[in-house]
Amino acid sequence: MNVPLTLLGLLERQSSHGYDLKRDYDTYFSPGKPLLLGQVYSTLGRLARDGKVVVGPTEPGAGPDRKRYVITDRGATEVEEWLTEPVETEQHLQTELFTKVVLALMLGRDASAYLDLQRTAHVARMRELTEVKRTGMLIDKLLADHSMFRLEADLRWIDVTQARLGALAEEVRK
Amino acid sequence: MTAGQAPLLEVRDAVLSFGQTPALRGADLSVAAGEILAVMGPSGSGKSTLLHCMAGILVPDSGEVRFDGRRVDRMREPERSELRRDRFGFVFQFGQLVPELTAEENVAMPLLLGGTRRGPALAEARGWFPRLGLDGLGGRRSGELSGGQAQRVALARAMVARPDVLFADEPTGSLDSLTGEQVMEQLVDAVRENGTTAVIVTHEARVAACADREVMVRDGKVTSLRLERTGP
Repeated sequence: MNVPLTLLGLLERQSSHGYDLKRDYDTYFSPGKPLLLGQVYSTLGRLARDGKVVVGPTEPGAGPDRKRYVITDRGATEVEEWLTEPVETEQHLQTELFTKVVLALMLGRDASAYLDLQRTAHVARMRELTEVKRTGMLIDKLLADHSMFRLEADLRWIDVTQARLGALAEEVRK
Repeated sequence: MTAGQAPLLEVRDAVLSFGQTPALRGADLSVAAGEILAVMGPSGSGKSTLLHCMAGILVPDSGEVRFDGRRVDRMREPERSELRRDRFGFVFQFGQLVPELTAEENVAMPLLLGGTRRGPALAEARGWFPRLGLDGLGGRRSGELSGGQAQRVALARAMVARPDVLFADEPTGSLDSLTGEQVMEQLVDAVRENGTTAVIVTHEARVAACADREVMVRDGKVTSLRLERTGP
Protein backbone atom coordinates (compact mmCIF):
# COMPACT_ATOMS: atom_id res chain seq x y z
CA MET A 1 0.00 0.00 0.00
CA ASN A 2 1.35 3.42 -0.94
CA VAL A 3 0.63 5.35 2.24
CA PRO A 4 1.94 8.80 1.15
CA LEU A 5 -0.08 8.87 -2.06
CA THR A 6 -3.18 7.53 -0.33
CA LEU A 7 -2.96 10.27 2.31
CA LEU A 8 -2.42 12.82 -0.48
CA GLY A 9 -5.52 11.49 -2.21
CA LEU A 10 -7.55 11.91 0.97
CA LEU A 11 -6.24 15.47 1.26
CA GLU A 12 -7.36 16.23 -2.30
CA ARG A 13 -10.88 15.35 -1.20
CA GLN A 14 -10.63 17.95 1.60
CA SER A 15 -7.99 19.53 3.78
CA SER A 16 -7.71 17.73 7.07
CA HIS A 17 -6.06 17.31 10.45
CA GLY A 18 -3.62 14.45 10.92
CA TYR A 19 -5.91 12.52 13.22
CA ASP A 20 -8.89 12.77 10.84
CA LEU A 21 -6.66 11.56 8.00
CA LYS A 22 -5.62 8.55 10.03
CA ARG A 23 -9.25 7.77 10.87
CA ASP A 24 -10.32 7.94 7.21
CA TYR A 25 -7.34 5.86 6.09
CA ASP A 26 -8.08 3.18 8.68
CA THR A 27 -11.78 3.12 7.84
CA TYR A 28 -11.52 2.90 4.07
CA PHE A 29 -8.18 1.31 3.31
CA SER A 30 -6.88 -0.59 6.28
CA PRO A 31 -9.66 -1.86 8.55
CA GLY A 32 -8.22 -4.04 11.28
CA LYS A 33 -4.68 -2.78 10.68
CA PRO A 34 -4.59 0.87 11.70
CA LEU A 35 -1.81 3.27 10.81
CA LEU A 36 0.31 4.53 13.68
CA LEU A 37 -0.33 8.20 14.29
CA GLY A 38 3.42 8.76 14.32
CA GLN A 39 3.63 7.36 10.79
CA VAL A 40 0.89 9.72 9.64
CA TYR A 41 2.76 12.77 10.98
CA SER A 42 6.15 11.68 9.67
CA THR A 43 4.60 11.07 6.23
CA LEU A 44 2.87 14.45 6.29
CA GLY A 45 6.20 16.02 7.28
CA ARG A 46 7.92 14.51 4.23
CA LEU A 47 5.04 15.55 1.95
CA ALA A 48 5.36 19.12 3.28
CA ARG A 49 9.13 19.07 2.80
CA ASP A 50 8.64 17.96 -0.84
CA GLY A 51 6.07 20.68 -1.48
CA LYS A 52 3.11 18.34 -1.92
CA VAL A 53 1.19 19.66 1.07
CA VAL A 54 1.29 22.85 3.05
CA VAL A 55 0.65 23.07 6.75
CA GLY A 56 -1.90 25.64 7.85
CA PRO A 57 -1.62 27.66 11.02
CA THR A 58 -2.38 25.94 14.31
CA GLU A 59 -6.10 26.26 14.92
CA PRO A 60 -7.49 27.05 18.34
CA GLY A 61 -9.13 24.19 20.20
CA ALA A 62 -8.52 21.32 22.54
CA GLY A 63 -6.08 18.50 21.80
CA PRO A 64 -2.65 18.46 20.21
CA ASP A 65 -3.72 17.94 16.60
CA ARG A 66 -4.81 21.34 15.42
CA LYS A 67 -2.79 21.77 12.24
CA ARG A 68 -4.69 21.53 8.99
CA TYR A 69 -2.90 20.02 6.00
CA VAL A 70 -3.74 21.23 2.49
CA ILE A 71 -2.69 19.58 -0.78
CA THR A 72 -0.68 21.68 -3.27
CA ASP A 73 -0.96 21.63 -7.08
CA ARG A 74 2.17 19.51 -7.16
CA GLY A 75 0.62 17.02 -4.77
CA ALA A 76 -2.63 16.95 -6.76
CA THR A 77 -0.71 16.30 -9.98
CA GLU A 78 1.04 13.38 -8.34
CA VAL A 79 -2.28 11.90 -7.19
CA GLU A 80 -3.72 12.36 -10.68
CA GLU A 81 -0.79 10.49 -12.24
CA TRP A 82 -0.87 7.72 -9.65
CA LEU A 83 -4.60 7.08 -10.08
CA THR A 84 -4.25 6.56 -13.82
CA GLU A 85 -1.15 4.31 -13.75
CA PRO A 86 -1.63 0.53 -13.67
CA VAL A 87 -0.33 -1.16 -10.55
CA GLU A 88 2.86 -3.07 -11.29
CA THR A 89 2.16 -6.75 -11.80
CA GLU A 90 4.16 -9.27 -9.83
CA GLN A 91 6.90 -10.33 -12.24
CA HIS A 92 8.88 -12.61 -10.00
CA LEU A 93 6.32 -14.08 -7.67
CA GLN A 94 7.96 -16.55 -5.30
CA THR A 95 5.49 -17.01 -2.53
CA GLU A 96 6.13 -18.90 0.66
CA LEU A 97 3.44 -21.32 -0.46
CA PHE A 98 5.37 -22.15 -3.63
CA THR A 99 8.65 -22.42 -1.72
CA LYS A 100 7.19 -24.78 0.87
CA VAL A 101 5.80 -27.12 -1.77
CA VAL A 102 9.04 -27.32 -3.75
CA LEU A 103 11.18 -27.74 -0.65
CA ALA A 104 8.86 -30.40 0.76
CA LEU A 105 9.17 -32.36 -2.50
CA MET A 106 12.95 -31.96 -2.55
CA LEU A 107 13.13 -33.28 1.01
CA GLY A 108 10.71 -36.13 0.39
CA ARG A 109 8.11 -34.68 2.78
CA ASP A 110 4.32 -34.86 2.35
CA ALA A 111 3.58 -31.87 0.15
CA SER A 112 0.05 -33.11 -0.50
CA ALA A 113 -0.85 -32.98 3.20
CA TYR A 114 0.59 -29.47 3.40
CA LEU A 115 -1.50 -28.37 0.40
CA ASP A 116 -4.64 -29.84 1.97
CA LEU A 117 -3.94 -27.96 5.18
CA GLN A 118 -3.28 -24.74 3.29
CA ARG A 119 -6.50 -25.20 1.33
CA THR A 120 -8.42 -25.59 4.59
CA ALA A 121 -6.80 -22.45 6.00
CA HIS A 122 -7.69 -20.52 2.85
CA VAL A 123 -11.32 -21.66 2.91
CA ALA A 124 -11.50 -20.82 6.63
CA ARG A 125 -10.31 -17.29 5.84
CA MET A 126 -12.84 -17.09 3.02
CA ARG A 127 -15.52 -18.08 5.50
CA GLU A 128 -14.54 -15.12 7.72
CA LEU A 129 -14.60 -12.82 4.70
CA THR A 130 -18.02 -14.17 3.69
CA GLU A 131 -19.29 -13.11 7.11
CA VAL A 132 -17.76 -9.66 6.62
CA LYS A 133 -19.57 -9.44 3.29
CA ARG A 134 -22.85 -10.56 4.84
CA THR A 135 -22.78 -8.01 7.64
CA GLY A 136 -20.55 -5.19 6.39
CA MET A 137 -21.08 -2.04 4.37
CA LEU A 138 -20.49 -2.00 0.62
CA ILE A 139 -16.93 -0.76 1.05
CA ASP A 140 -16.18 -3.68 3.40
CA LYS A 141 -17.64 -6.07 0.83
CA LEU A 142 -15.42 -4.59 -1.86
CA LEU A 143 -12.28 -5.15 0.19
CA ALA A 144 -13.42 -8.64 1.23
CA ASP A 145 -14.10 -9.48 -2.43
CA HIS A 146 -10.60 -8.45 -3.38
CA SER A 147 -9.12 -10.72 -0.69
CA MET A 148 -11.44 -13.57 -1.68
CA PHE A 149 -10.52 -13.44 -5.36
CA ARG A 150 -6.83 -13.56 -4.44
CA LEU A 151 -7.45 -16.51 -2.14
CA GLU A 152 -9.37 -18.20 -4.96
CA ALA A 153 -6.38 -17.71 -7.25
CA ASP A 154 -4.19 -19.43 -4.66
CA LEU A 155 -6.74 -22.23 -4.37
CA ARG A 156 -6.75 -22.79 -8.11
CA TRP A 157 -2.96 -23.00 -7.96
CA ILE A 158 -3.22 -25.44 -5.04
CA ASP A 159 -5.63 -27.66 -7.01
CA VAL A 160 -3.45 -27.71 -10.12
CA THR A 161 -0.29 -28.30 -8.09
CA GLN A 162 -1.98 -31.08 -6.14
CA ALA A 163 -2.70 -32.80 -9.46
CA ARG A 164 0.90 -32.31 -10.63
CA LEU A 165 2.73 -33.30 -7.45
CA GLY A 166 4.00 -36.62 -8.81
CA ALA A 167 5.60 -35.11 -11.90
CA LEU A 168 6.86 -32.14 -9.92
CA ALA A 169 8.53 -34.41 -7.35
CA GLU A 170 10.41 -36.22 -10.11
CA GLU A 171 11.59 -32.92 -11.57
CA VAL A 172 12.87 -31.34 -8.35
CA ARG A 173 14.61 -34.51 -7.15
CA LYS A 174 16.70 -34.87 -10.32
CA MET B 1 -20.70 -32.11 14.38
CA THR B 2 -21.11 -32.06 18.15
CA ALA B 3 -19.57 -35.02 19.94
CA GLY B 4 -22.12 -37.64 20.92
CA GLN B 5 -24.78 -36.30 18.56
CA ALA B 6 -25.99 -38.92 16.08
CA PRO B 7 -25.49 -37.77 12.49
CA LEU B 8 -28.56 -37.13 10.38
CA LEU B 9 -26.77 -38.47 7.31
CA GLU B 10 -24.02 -41.02 7.32
CA VAL B 11 -22.03 -42.82 4.64
CA ARG B 12 -19.75 -45.69 5.65
CA ASP B 13 -17.20 -47.29 3.39
CA ALA B 14 -19.27 -46.68 0.27
CA VAL B 15 -17.97 -48.26 -2.92
CA LEU B 16 -19.56 -47.70 -6.30
CA SER B 17 -18.34 -48.34 -9.84
CA PHE B 18 -19.84 -47.46 -13.19
CA GLY B 19 -18.87 -50.51 -15.24
CA GLN B 20 -15.10 -50.79 -14.89
CA THR B 21 -14.75 -47.21 -13.65
CA PRO B 22 -14.64 -46.81 -9.88
CA ALA B 23 -16.37 -43.65 -8.62
CA LEU B 24 -16.37 -44.23 -4.86
CA ARG B 25 -13.63 -46.27 -3.22
CA GLY B 26 -14.60 -46.47 0.42
CA ALA B 27 -16.12 -43.07 1.12
CA ASP B 28 -16.99 -42.14 4.72
CA LEU B 29 -18.95 -39.05 5.69
CA SER B 30 -21.22 -37.83 8.48
CA VAL B 31 -23.46 -34.79 8.45
CA ALA B 32 -25.12 -33.40 11.58
CA ALA B 33 -28.70 -32.13 11.64
CA GLY B 34 -28.81 -28.46 10.69
CA GLU B 35 -25.28 -28.49 9.33
CA ILE B 36 -24.34 -26.94 6.00
CA LEU B 37 -21.64 -29.09 4.45
CA ALA B 38 -19.68 -28.31 1.30
CA VAL B 39 -18.33 -31.25 -0.67
CA MET B 40 -15.43 -30.17 -2.84
CA GLY B 41 -13.10 -31.98 -5.19
CA PRO B 42 -11.75 -32.01 -8.71
CA SER B 43 -13.84 -33.09 -11.72
CA GLY B 44 -14.38 -36.83 -11.71
CA SER B 45 -13.39 -37.19 -8.05
CA GLY B 46 -16.73 -38.78 -7.14
CA LYS B 47 -18.30 -35.85 -5.30
CA SER B 48 -21.58 -35.86 -7.27
CA THR B 49 -21.76 -39.64 -7.02
CA LEU B 50 -21.40 -39.33 -3.26
CA LEU B 51 -24.25 -36.81 -3.16
CA HIS B 52 -26.43 -39.09 -5.27
CA CYS B 53 -25.77 -41.99 -2.88
CA MET B 54 -26.60 -39.86 0.15
CA ALA B 55 -29.82 -38.73 -1.51
CA GLY B 56 -30.92 -42.24 -2.45
CA ILE B 57 -30.65 -41.56 -6.18
CA LEU B 58 -27.86 -44.14 -6.52
CA VAL B 59 -27.21 -47.19 -4.37
CA PRO B 60 -23.58 -48.08 -3.57
CA ASP B 61 -22.28 -51.51 -4.58
CA SER B 62 -21.20 -51.98 -0.98
CA GLY B 63 -21.10 -49.91 2.19
CA GLU B 64 -23.86 -48.16 4.12
CA VAL B 65 -25.90 -45.00 3.67
CA ARG B 66 -28.05 -43.91 6.60
CA PHE B 67 -30.57 -41.12 6.92
CA ASP B 68 -32.06 -40.46 10.33
CA GLY B 69 -30.89 -43.91 11.40
CA ARG B 70 -32.52 -45.72 8.45
CA ARG B 71 -30.49 -47.71 5.91
CA VAL B 72 -31.14 -45.92 2.61
CA ASP B 73 -28.98 -48.42 0.72
CA ARG B 74 -31.30 -51.25 1.76
CA MET B 75 -34.51 -49.49 0.69
CA ARG B 76 -36.29 -50.50 -2.49
CA GLU B 77 -36.73 -47.83 -5.15
CA PRO B 78 -40.34 -46.88 -4.22
CA GLU B 79 -39.27 -46.26 -0.62
CA ARG B 80 -36.25 -44.23 -1.72
CA SER B 81 -38.46 -42.31 -4.10
CA GLU B 82 -40.83 -41.48 -1.25
CA LEU B 83 -37.88 -40.41 0.89
CA ARG B 84 -36.61 -38.09 -1.83
CA ARG B 85 -40.05 -36.61 -2.33
CA ASP B 86 -41.01 -36.16 1.33
CA ARG B 87 -37.76 -35.48 3.15
CA PHE B 88 -35.25 -34.14 0.61
CA GLY B 89 -35.02 -31.13 -1.68
CA PHE B 90 -32.77 -30.81 -4.72
CA VAL B 91 -31.07 -27.98 -6.60
CA PHE B 92 -28.98 -28.79 -9.65
CA GLN B 93 -26.60 -26.70 -11.73
CA PHE B 94 -29.08 -25.77 -14.44
CA GLY B 95 -32.25 -25.47 -12.38
CA GLN B 96 -34.00 -28.17 -14.39
CA LEU B 97 -37.37 -26.51 -14.24
CA VAL B 98 -40.22 -28.08 -16.17
CA PRO B 99 -40.44 -25.78 -19.22
CA GLU B 100 -44.16 -26.30 -19.83
CA LEU B 101 -45.08 -25.12 -16.33
CA THR B 102 -45.04 -21.60 -14.92
CA ALA B 103 -42.51 -20.69 -12.23
CA GLU B 104 -45.27 -20.92 -9.60
CA GLU B 105 -46.36 -24.34 -10.80
CA ASN B 106 -42.74 -25.51 -10.75
CA VAL B 107 -42.37 -24.39 -7.14
CA ALA B 108 -45.67 -26.00 -6.16
CA MET B 109 -44.78 -29.33 -7.75
CA PRO B 110 -43.31 -31.09 -4.68
CA LEU B 111 -46.44 -30.19 -2.71
CA LEU B 112 -48.73 -31.41 -5.50
CA LEU B 113 -46.77 -34.67 -5.72
CA GLY B 114 -47.06 -35.00 -1.94
CA GLY B 115 -50.85 -34.80 -2.14
CA THR B 116 -51.52 -31.13 -1.33
CA ARG B 117 -54.48 -29.72 -3.28
CA ARG B 118 -53.67 -27.32 -6.13
CA GLY B 119 -55.05 -24.16 -4.49
CA PRO B 120 -53.12 -24.41 -1.20
CA ALA B 121 -50.01 -25.70 -3.02
CA LEU B 122 -49.94 -22.69 -5.35
CA ALA B 123 -50.61 -20.33 -2.45
CA GLU B 124 -47.67 -21.79 -0.53
CA ALA B 125 -45.50 -21.57 -3.66
CA ARG B 126 -46.40 -17.91 -4.17
CA GLY B 127 -45.15 -17.13 -0.67
CA TRP B 128 -41.61 -17.95 -1.76
CA PHE B 129 -41.45 -15.43 -4.60
CA PRO B 130 -41.08 -12.19 -2.61
CA ARG B 131 -38.58 -13.83 -0.22
CA LEU B 132 -36.28 -14.64 -3.09
CA GLY B 133 -36.64 -11.38 -4.98
CA LEU B 134 -38.88 -12.98 -7.61
CA ASP B 135 -41.89 -10.67 -7.28
CA GLY B 136 -44.10 -10.71 -10.33
CA LEU B 137 -42.33 -13.65 -12.00
CA GLY B 138 -44.66 -16.44 -10.87
CA GLY B 139 -46.46 -16.62 -14.20
CA ARG B 140 -43.32 -16.91 -16.32
CA ARG B 141 -42.03 -20.09 -17.86
CA SER B 142 -38.40 -21.12 -17.50
CA GLY B 143 -37.49 -19.78 -20.96
CA GLU B 144 -38.59 -16.33 -19.81
CA LEU B 145 -36.34 -16.29 -16.72
CA SER B 146 -32.66 -15.32 -16.42
CA GLY B 147 -30.22 -17.94 -15.14
CA GLY B 148 -30.22 -16.42 -11.66
CA GLN B 149 -34.02 -16.18 -11.55
CA ALA B 150 -34.43 -19.78 -12.73
CA GLN B 151 -31.99 -20.95 -10.06
CA ARG B 152 -33.92 -19.09 -7.36
CA VAL B 153 -37.13 -20.70 -8.58
CA ALA B 154 -35.35 -24.05 -8.35
CA LEU B 155 -34.31 -23.16 -4.79
CA ALA B 156 -37.91 -22.30 -3.89
CA ARG B 157 -39.06 -25.60 -5.40
CA ALA B 158 -36.46 -27.47 -3.35
CA MET B 159 -37.47 -25.74 -0.12
CA VAL B 160 -41.25 -25.41 -0.49
CA ALA B 161 -42.03 -28.73 1.20
CA ARG B 162 -39.64 -27.83 4.05
CA PRO B 163 -37.30 -30.76 3.54
CA ASP B 164 -35.00 -32.19 6.20
CA VAL B 165 -32.09 -32.12 3.78
CA LEU B 166 -31.31 -29.93 0.80
CA PHE B 167 -28.94 -31.49 -1.73
CA ALA B 168 -27.37 -28.97 -4.09
CA ASP B 169 -25.06 -30.00 -6.93
CA GLU B 170 -23.05 -27.02 -8.23
CA PRO B 171 -25.97 -24.65 -7.47
CA THR B 172 -24.12 -21.59 -8.80
CA GLY B 173 -22.05 -23.35 -11.46
CA SER B 174 -23.87 -21.73 -14.35
CA LEU B 175 -24.08 -18.23 -12.87
CA ASP B 176 -21.75 -15.21 -12.87
CA SER B 177 -19.97 -14.35 -9.60
CA LEU B 178 -22.38 -11.72 -8.34
CA THR B 179 -25.56 -13.63 -9.23
CA GLY B 180 -24.06 -16.81 -7.79
CA GLU B 181 -23.30 -15.00 -4.57
CA GLN B 182 -26.88 -13.73 -4.29
CA VAL B 183 -28.28 -17.22 -4.91
CA MET B 184 -25.95 -18.68 -2.27
CA GLU B 185 -26.95 -16.01 0.27
CA GLN B 186 -30.60 -16.87 -0.32
CA LEU B 187 -29.91 -20.58 -0.16
CA VAL B 188 -28.08 -20.25 3.17
CA ASP B 189 -30.77 -17.94 4.60
CA ALA B 190 -33.51 -20.35 3.52
CA VAL B 191 -31.92 -23.45 5.03
CA ARG B 192 -30.92 -21.67 8.26
CA GLU B 193 -34.43 -20.26 8.68
CA ASN B 194 -35.95 -23.69 8.17
CA GLY B 195 -33.32 -25.64 10.14
CA THR B 196 -32.67 -27.70 7.03
CA THR B 197 -29.44 -29.67 6.70
CA ALA B 198 -27.64 -28.90 3.44
CA VAL B 199 -25.11 -30.85 1.41
CA ILE B 200 -23.62 -28.70 -1.34
CA VAL B 201 -21.35 -30.13 -4.00
CA THR B 202 -19.18 -27.42 -5.47
CA HIS B 203 -15.80 -26.78 -7.02
CA GLU B 204 -16.01 -23.10 -6.05
CA ALA B 205 -14.23 -22.10 -2.85
CA ARG B 206 -16.48 -19.09 -2.32
CA VAL B 207 -19.52 -21.37 -2.31
CA ALA B 208 -17.78 -23.68 0.17
CA ALA B 209 -17.02 -20.64 2.31
CA CYS B 210 -20.77 -20.22 2.88
CA ALA B 211 -20.90 -23.65 4.53
CA ASP B 212 -20.15 -24.58 8.14
CA ARG B 213 -17.57 -27.15 7.06
CA GLU B 214 -16.04 -28.53 3.90
CA VAL B 215 -14.70 -31.93 2.93
CA MET B 216 -12.63 -32.89 -0.09
CA VAL B 217 -13.38 -35.88 -2.28
CA ARG B 218 -10.33 -37.20 -4.09
CA ASP B 219 -10.18 -40.49 -5.99
CA GLY B 220 -13.50 -41.61 -4.52
CA LYS B 221 -12.52 -41.04 -0.89
CA VAL B 222 -13.43 -38.27 1.52
CA THR B 223 -10.80 -36.19 3.26
CA SER B 224 -12.04 -34.12 6.16
CA LEU B 225 -9.55 -31.59 7.43
CA ARG B 226 -9.69 -29.42 10.48
CA LEU B 227 -7.17 -26.73 11.22
CA GLU B 228 -5.08 -27.51 14.26
CA ARG B 229 -3.12 -24.33 13.78
CA THR B 230 -3.41 -21.27 11.58
CA GLY B 231 0.18 -20.04 11.61
CA PRO B 232 2.77 -20.75 8.91
